[in-house]
Amino acid sequence: MSAPRVELLWWRGCPSWERAIELVREEMAATGLDPDGLVVHEVETEQEAERLGYPGSPTVLVDGRDIQDPGDEPAGLTCRVYRLRDGRVSPLPSREDIHDALLRGGD
Amino acid sequence: MTESATLSIGDLAPPLELPDTDGSLTTLPFPGEAPATVVVWTCNHCPYALAWHDRLMDLARDYADRGVRVLHVNSNDAETHPADSQEAMRERVAAEEWATPYLRDEDQSAARAWGPLTTPDAFVLDSSLRLAYRGAPDSDYNDPSQEAAWLRAALDAVLAGGAPEPAETEPVGCSIKWKR
Repeated sequence: MSAPRVELLWWRGCPSWERAIELVREEMAATGLDPDGLVVHEVETEQEAERLGYPGSPTVLVDGRDIQDPGDEPAGLTCRVYRLRDGRVSPLPSREDIHDALLRGGD
Repeated sequence: MTESATLSIGDLAPPLELPDTDGSLTTLPFPGEAPATVVVWTCNHCPYALAWHDRLMDLARDYADRGVRVLHVNSNDAETHPADSQEAMRERVAAEEWATPYLRDEDQSAARAWGPLTTPDAFVLDSSLRLAYRGAPDSDYNDPSQEAAWLRAALDAVLAGGAPEPAETEPVGCSIKWKR
């Protein structure tokens, strides 16, 4: 089985992106994936956000599938709201959600 | 981006006259005195503001009996961020237990006068309405046990007649969404 394609889409206006890259790379290493395989892409314009259906920064895709369903969040350049497993709100996905998504791959 | 003022420690706070979610005007200076006032720029859509929200509400409740007044202000452009519209603010207040007024700065004049950088960005004023502290509520949005410790320390210093140390910390959060 080939390694999943892992992408992180970020926007400069939200400060969580650097920590998000670190987190995803750490979890890629923890799940036996090459952290250097992470594809990092900066979303720079509202038009691009619209075209991609981008729900905010950071967004992590594993084989094109969002690691947390964004629901009906409108596309745009914004900070993304993640729900942690204990119900708290965070600008970052939980380590557990990243880990599980990497193990699951694109299904 | 837009041009906005930058308040310095010791500056007199610019006046406010903003509607809350019911349309009632809240003003600064208040009628009557407060030994300290906290003005927090916040919003509905930002995960940092949401993560710190409960801590700020707890602070407002904990200091209310000492006469401290706490205001929350949302200045974000509701056209680009509909979650920050007056209607969305009203719905949120109706659904949650707010301990403070939630004020709408529709024309962004308050934000231009005060110069908040992020949501949240907190300003603590002394009894003369001079800026005593400005910055983040505490060191970690992700750690509720911090309980807005920097803001509480700033308030305790002001209430004791002293000066907060530090007087400034770096605000952390989402940028203010200026109208284009």
